[in-house]
Amino acid sequence: MEGSTIIFYLLAALTLISAILAVSTRQIFRAAIFLLFSLIGIAGLYFWMQYQFIAAVQIVVYVGGITVLIIFSIFLTQQAGEKMPKQKIGRQIFSVLAVFCGFALVMLQVSQYNFSSIAAIPVAPSVENIGSGMVGINEGGFALPFEVVSMLLLAALIGCIVIAMRSPEEPVNKQKEEILIEAEIDVIV
Amino acid sequence: MLQPGLNHILFISTALFFIGVYGFFTRRNLVTILMSVELVLNSVNLNFIAFNKYVWAGKLDGLFFTIFVIAIAAAEAAVAIAIIINLYRSHHSIDVNKAEEMKF
Repeated sequence: MEGSTIIFYLLAALTLISAILAVSTRQIFRAAIFLLFSLIGIAGLYFWMQYQFIAAVQIVVYVGGITVLIIFSIFLTQQAGEKMPKQKIGRQIFSVLAVFCGFALVMLQVSQYNFSSIAAIPVAPSVENIGSGMVGINEGGFALPFEVVSMLLLAALIGCIVIAMRSPEEPVNKQKEEILIEAEIDVIV
Repeated sequence: MLQPGLNHILFISTALFFIGVYGFFTRRNLVTILMSVELVLNSVNLNFIAFNKYVWAGKLDGLFFTIFVIAIAAAEAAVAIAIIINLYRSHHSIDVNKAEEMKF
């Protein structure tokens, strides 16, 4: 057994076990931390597949941005230490059955199909190739989606500020709200 | 054990997808529902990268799709949290069962 195989199985175990704990624990702050570990496990899988750029983007944006934003929102909207109410057992059983049946169906179909790799000269996912592809305007360039995503981020930024803005005549709890809005702007930018 | 290949990574991404769906069905708290949606989006990203590496090694389309999905998921999470904060101000709770009245 090679080292890379052991590392793959460790990363897979970290990702899946953290994900299961994130959706089933009753304390919300622990759910956020388990989500963080799951996202780090996925970044580790990207490193294992030798897509280092995407792994770095995953850590910076997902782990360092979105998870921190979720933790901020937990602190702003409720007590982080209280336990969430226990779910109805009927709903949990139904959900487990439905999810298990869906998973079994998809895995049966996928495992029977023989994915053969398309014979072509492999293009390395290096930063040069990613950069020239992202701003390329020729066939296979992604300049147009790049610009459209920039406009989408601008719209999301303005939308967040408008939605979360407190109207002026309400009693002011401005410190927390402004900290959160600045955190959102940092995530988007 | 076998050398890990495409099928192993597809197993992980399918499992992550359905774990996220379980969380979406079961949770009553809006923030934890958002966390489950993030798990689903990550499973899709893993799928794109796996197919890019093992099947379509001659192009980088899967990688660019993943970059755009990450960017759009970040924007969506920020807008969702802004909505959650707005909802908390009027209802003082982020239980989905409490946000049930429409305006008219």
